[in-house]
Amino acid sequence: MKKEIQKVILSILLYIIAILVPANFIIIKIAMYLIAYLVAGYDVMIKAIKDIRNKEPFGECLLMTIATLGAFGAGIYHTFNPVGDGFPEEYAESVAVMLFYQVGELFQSYAVGKSRKSIADLMDIRPDYAMVFRKDILEKVDPFDVEMGEIILVSPGEKVPLDGEVIKGEAMVDTSALTGESVPRRLYMGSEALSGFINKNGVIHIKVTKEFGESTASKILELVENAATYKAKTERFITKFARIYTPIVVFLALGVAVIPPLFTREWLIWCMRALNFLIVSCPCALVVSVPLSFFGGIGGASKKGILIKGSNYFEQLAKAKIVVFDKTGTLTEGKFCVQNIMPVGISKEELLWIANYGESYSHHPIAISIKEAWEQIKERGEKFHQPNISDIREISGYGIELYLDGKEILIGNAKLMELHGIRIQEAKEMATIVYIAMEGEYKGYLSIADKIKEDAKQGISDLRAVGIQKTIMLTGDRKDIGEEVAKALGMDEVYTDLLPHNKVEQVEKFLQKKKNTESLLFVGDGINDAPVLARADVGIAMGGIGSDAAVEAADVVIMQDEPSKIAMAIKISKKTVNIAMQNIIGAILVKVVILILSTLGIANMWMAVFGDVGVTVIAILNSFRALYTENL
Amino acid sequence: MKRQYKLENLGCANCAAKMEHEISKLTWVYSVSINFLTTKLVIEFEDNMKERIQTEIEKIVHKYEDNVILKRV
Repeated sequence: MKKEIQKVILSILLYIIAILVPANFIIIKIAMYLIAYLVAGYDVMIKAIKDIRNKEPFGECLLMTIATLGAFGAGIYHTFNPVGDGFPEEYAESVAVMLFYQVGELFQSYAVGKSRKSIADLMDIRPDYAMVFRKDILEKVDPFDVEMGEIILVSPGEKVPLDGEVIKGEAMVDTSALTGESVPRRLYMGSEALSGFINKNGVIHIKVTKEFGESTASKILELVENAATYKAKTERFITKFARIYTPIVVFLALGVAVIPPLFTREWLIWCMRALNFLIVSCPCALVVSVPLSFFGGIGGASKKGILIKGSNYFEQLAKAKIVVFDKTGTLTEGKFCVQNIMPVGISKEELLWIANYGESYSHHPIAISIKEAWEQIKERGEKFHQPNISDIREISGYGIELYLDGKEILIGNAKLMELHGIRIQEAKEMATIVYIAMEGEYKGYLSIADKIKEDAKQGISDLRAVGIQKTIMLTGDRKDIGEEVAKALGMDEVYTDLLPHNKVEQVEKFLQKKKNTESLLFVGDGINDAPVLARADVGIAMGGIGSDAAVEAADVVIMQDEPSKIAMAIKISKKTVNIAMQNIIGAILVKVVILILSTLGIANMWMAVFGDVGVTVIAILNSFRALYTENL
Repeated sequence: MKRQYKLENLGCANCAAKMEHEISKLTWVYSVSINFLTTKLVIEFEDNMKERIQTEIEKIVHKYEDNVILKRV
């Protein structure tokens, strides 16, 4: 790079000297131009010779050499057959074209280097080493060499090198490289530590649960690096276009050089015009900037915790009109949790106290949710005594009967209460209701339901804002529960009581009904819905972090469990596709205009050079924008 | 079988596209993809070519850019 810059500067100096030499020292002036030209373009000429040897008539360097040498030749012709008073302009033009071409190439390689670097920065989650305990000695080793079950130590400032479980210590970790989430997460004994987290403050010991190759950081890197392998339609179009573009322009150039002079006899003028064609004949602007736009989009999205597994999905996401959601685990937490505590004549805490000890021997999901609610109350520091539990009888399909401190307790559904002749107030909630009675007296109920995720509603309304026409929910749940959730979220359609294979059938129906210009997204949590993820135009897995099944099956993985990221993914895709289109249309338009102006004799070589390297640099700079996803 | 190479010093996007096109035309190559930005070449090819593959690809790559170094990854 340095050598190239020196070369260009030297050539510019020689060029200026050549201009300053008075026109009456013809030989010296021409010699100076020639030296400046050779300094700037010797490597291009060497490559041109290679192009000839390789029988590559449309090589960029060959065409550039022909164009500039042609101009130089025209200069020599005009020196001996002057048309005006001044010194022929073609020498200066010829050198300038070569110079600008080189400056443009420099810019281009700088920009490419820069974007490669930003990709490398993105890959910064790769840990360089692991500190592992072996025979009680701490060793610094390559993460590849750490085996499952070994204990590693992560100090403040270090990256967690492999996935594992924290067995000692506590620390705040920065998860943003994986999740896009800027709020640090607290890790403590028993928490899952994922490779790529950065330890902010504490020393933690981690028992390794996955080999390096299987760890989260490696998986993500592999995914991002391979993403560009699945090329977007636009990219494939550009590759095809590039292959025919150069030959077409070169043949047009031949046409311009030969056909008009047959009638006008102005051979030199038309040849000069044809040379302009050769300069704009490289499709570089398109070939570099279009893939770069998509790559920028992949990078920008992954900064937001959205992994897009191929450039082709940008186009699908950008034209998305229908979004189908799985309910459980996607829009809802997928976990039962006590929503309401409605006591009668006693306090909420007392009611929960009864329920907790009553259910203490059960492992049913409902019982677990009650215990969790109780743990939360206990954390508030309130004191309750441990009761005497006796005579537990579980009546399948009804509930539990038992004695707490000698008092008869009933915990169960309405049928259990009826069985014992206890009058209850029927709850109207769309949830599983657990009624409680003590000594034959009704004490209230708990409602237990799958909680809707915090930003699910926001997520759905965001989708509308980015142009989604229909949001649909599929669920295996009962009709009333499904409809309640769909209503709460403001979704358009809901299909309930579906078995996993029914979900595929439903999605098939939607796919048949939609137009070709629209696409359908399916959002699931990767559990049980892999076939649907695969069938949809774009399958999006939520909360992919740590779940291999989801990462495998989906086209897009949302690392953090946030439904609102779907709208973000669509926005990023629209921006990326737009940038790619701007580059294509812009570059082709400029080139076509320059070709037309050249034919008419309005455009000079300077403009042609702009049409080549200038456009390339602008297009590259434009595609950089795809990396920035901050203010979407 | 499938292999990946890193193309160090790959500098010209159009050349990369041409390399990809030419390699894809080889009869024993199932699929090939060159990513100009990560400078990675991913190729799927007939197993019996595994001894010769590197030199065969090198030939084509060097035709367009002779300072590229091919490294298996």
